[in-house]
Amino acid sequence: MGDPLFWHRLQFGFTATYHYLFPQLTMGLAFLIVVFKAMGLRTGEARYADAARFWIKIFGINFAVGVVTGIPLEFQFGTNWARFSQLSGGIIGQTLGMEGMFAFFLESSFLGLLIWGEKRLSPKGHFRAAVALWLGSWLSGYFIVATNAFMQHPVGYAMAPDGTLQLTSFWAFLLNPWALGQYAHTMIASVVTGSFVVAAVGAFWTLKGLHAEQARLNLRMGTVMGLIFSVLVAFPTGDLQGKLVARHQPITLAAMEGRFESGPRAGLTLIGQPNVAQRKIDNPVQLPAVLSFIAYGTFSSDVKGLSSFPEDQWPQNIELLYYSFHIMAGLGTLMIAVMGLAALLLWRGRLDANRPMLWALMLAFPFPYIATTAGWAVAEFGRQPWLIHGVLRTSQGASPTVHAGQTAFTTLGFAGIFVVLSILFLYLIGRELAHGPVKH
Amino acid sequence: MELLWFWMVAVMFSIYVVMDGFDFGAGVLHLAVAKTNEERREVLGAIGPFWDGNEVWLLAGGGSLFLAFPKVLASGFSGFYLAMWVVVWCLMLRGISIEFRSHVQDGLWRHFWDATFAGASVLLPVLFGAALGNVLRGVPLDASGFFSVPLWTTFRLGPQPGVLDWYTVLIGVFTLVTVAAHGALFLAWKTEGPVHERSRVLASPLWMGVLLFWMVATGATSVVNPAIFRGLAASPLAWAFTALFVAGLGLVFLGLRRQRFLLAFLGSGAFILGILAASAASLYPVMLKSTLDPAFDLTALNASVGHHGLRTGLVWWLLGFPLAIGYAGFLFRFHRGKVKAAAEGEGY
Ligand code: HDD
Ligand code: HEM
Ligand code: HEM
Repeated sequence: MGDPLFWHRLQFGFTATYHYLFPQLTMGLAFLIVVFKAMGLRTGEARYADAARFWIKIFGINFAVGVVTGIPLEFQFGTNWARFSQLSGGIIGQTLGMEGMFAFFLESSFLGLLIWGEKRLSPKGHFRAAVALWLGSWLSGYFIVATNAFMQHPVGYAMAPDGTLQLTSFWAFLLNPWALGQYAHTMIASVVTGSFVVAAVGAFWTLKGLHAEQARLNLRMGTVMGLIFSVLVAFPTGDLQGKLVARHQPITLAAMEGRFESGPRAGLTLIGQPNVAQRKIDNPVQLPAVLSFIAYGTFSSDVKGLSSFPEDQWPQNIELLYYSFHIMAGLGTLMIAVMGLAALLLWRGRLDANRPMLWALMLAFPFPYIATTAGWAVAEFGRQPWLIHGVLRTSQGASPTVHAGQTAFTTLGFAGIFVVLSILFLYLIGRELAHGPVKH
Repeated sequence: MELLWFWMVAVMFSIYVVMDGFDFGAGVLHLAVAKTNEERREVLGAIGPFWDGNEVWLLAGGGSLFLAFPKVLASGFSGFYLAMWVVVWCLMLRGISIEFRSHVQDGLWRHFWDATFAGASVLLPVLFGAALGNVLRGVPLDASGFFSVPLWTTFRLGPQPGVLDWYTVLIGVFTLVTVAAHGALFLAWKTEGPVHERSRVLASPLWMGVLLFWMVATGATSVVNPAIFRGLAASPLAWAFTALFVAGLGLVFLGLRRQRFLLAFLGSGAFILGILAASAASLYPVMLKSTLDPAFDLTALNASVGHHGLRTGLVWWLLGFPLAIGYAGFLFRFHRGKVKAAAEGEGY
């Protein structure tokens, strides 16, 4: 605990995880609001604009918390990871700077128009403000994901004699294959979050017998989008992520799967607890050869286990990595099942009356939040012990002059602020839900 | 190339102070100029559409600094560790207080956020000013390129300085007064009725205060870091910026006399921009001065990244900068005219 590194990592992980609870809904809702507004323009029906208006209110509250929790992350690169920033700033500064210039200005300028401008703008103009916000938030997602992708799979750079990393190819860096795969997966995941939230609100109102028209509309939108995007998040994008990890971070793959021995026809573990001390999985339930197929495309491929690698390159927290991955993939499967069933009922016209299904939809909205958080844990714990994979160790990246007492203090400060923020956020969202949709 | 980036970063941060400065100023003054709920909402309505975009100048400026001079960012941010987090917490509380206040129609709720908004708006300019004071004074950078200063030590200048000492606090208070004066002009320009009246009345004494503090701060700086004035005298650019801020000051007083508040507001923007840019010009090329040995100074030349990165950054910066200015211009046009407090349930 006297080790500053411990506190730096705790602080970054904690604040980033908390931040990401908000942008995922921002990005997902931004997309769904555009869909609502577009359908409103096409059909000329007021109910779409009404639905959009309600979600824009939720969006505004969520966005505010996203903004204030994002600011500390930007600062932490300099305050907590000064060595890392000093060495790699010339590279990741590009994307972080572009995020400010191209994404944050766009978002912050058009948010006000979207929230308060409906009366002053034409329907087309208001639709355009929604599109601008959607673009801004998804651009912001790209730049930050590209930053992270450089840490996962560094490309487009060279190391100068003084040890700093210098940009050599902007396009290689910006169009990092890892970034493209990760971006597709995270953006789709954010629409999953948005869809589950929309469906949950629709289900809640239906169960309460409130706002019948809006309840049905949200239920339908949430279910249809939820099914489409739940499938897409697993296949092809989740699958692609797995293949990227297998190719570029084979040790991480072994740890995620709790695979200690190497060999062909590797099985996919469905159930079991990794026992790192004895290097085995307890009471495993496995699908034979499936892991080989998922990772490399043939059942006979050789999948390396942890024992093939030196122990000082293993991720430090194999247990958490293993469970995070299994929680994400398990919930992903469950979510497809839930939305598939709901869509089937919707198609048969029985969803509104099926109370168990409505209960399930109402209670399922935390699933995508848990899955995304677990997914980031996979990415970030899996990257260990590297801060920049293969280039810089996490232990070499922290600020040299900041001591544990300082970081512990600020970490506790954040914990306090986040508790207050959470309470305020839930209170305000609860009020909006109780008010229900707003008619013009 | 390094020179260009030095100026790009300086310009970004100066624009940040001008832009966020007016909404800080509104926050500093709002308890005094807006007494009723409607008046408070008028103030918030005036800055509401702008404040988040204004704050992005800080993030984008920080991004530019990160990209071009990562050593300065790494050293400065980690060296001022605790002060940085106090700044961030204030920024967080301030943002939340603007966004959440009008969601609930309740007296206690609103009093709480009004006080938070005012408190954070006062503390932030003081801290930003103190940060500038630290840059002007220098920090104990050693050969490793890093340093660490606590929030305060003895409040005296010396080998073990804190973030706050008499000099940096002085610069902080100067900044606070300037920002309040800037905000008063903004409110006088954008509002009407009692808020306009009170802001107008406050503006003149505040600007007299700015004048006073400016003289004191200039005198103090010449004691703390005499080299700055040598740099100033030698740099034609610094002369130009000095002319800009003096002209800005002239415009402020002219605008005040003629009751032309947009003119005065533009003047105060020019004043802030000019005084910051003149300081930057007189420091150039030093970005972070070492109090131990000039050899340890971090400068635009020894702290920058390679040319390929700088050139690449320049290309997108030249695309992004006009866009950012364009959005701000669009917002000012869209929200032109005097603000009115919005109906309950709408607006800030
Ligand atoms: C709704 C959320 C969600 C769901 C259901 C899934 N994922 Fe995911 N996953 C994410 C949300 C997410 C994420 C939050 O978007 C992550 C975190 C980092 C990233 O790139 O995306 C992620 C990361 C991530 C990674 C780690 C990449 C790395 O190490 O950087 C892998 C291998 C997968 N995913 C694979 C899958 C598979 C095979 C799924 C099958 C069902 C799956 N994900 C469902
Ligand atoms: C995309 C932008 C991101 C970047 C650039 C980034 C960067 C970093 C850095 C610098 C660290 C500290 C070094 C380390 O311990 O590995 C870290 C750790 C961590 N980050 Fe991220 N992160 C990003 C996104 C996220 C998100 C969105 C989450 C969670 C939702 C997250 C979760 C974590 C966690 C849990 C740790 C601690 C890991 C550990 O201590 O082993 N990160 N990340
Ligand atoms: C650890 C790295 C991260 C940093 C440094 C960071 C930084 C920030 C900052 C400073 C803001 C506020 C912008 C404003 O003032 O308007 C913000 C908001 C946002 N961030 Fe992050 N962020 C991180 C992780 C992520 C990730 C991983 C994503 C998405 C994949 C993301 C997506 C967004 C979005 C969409 C917003 C807009 C508003 C909202 O949050 O609701 N961020 N972020």
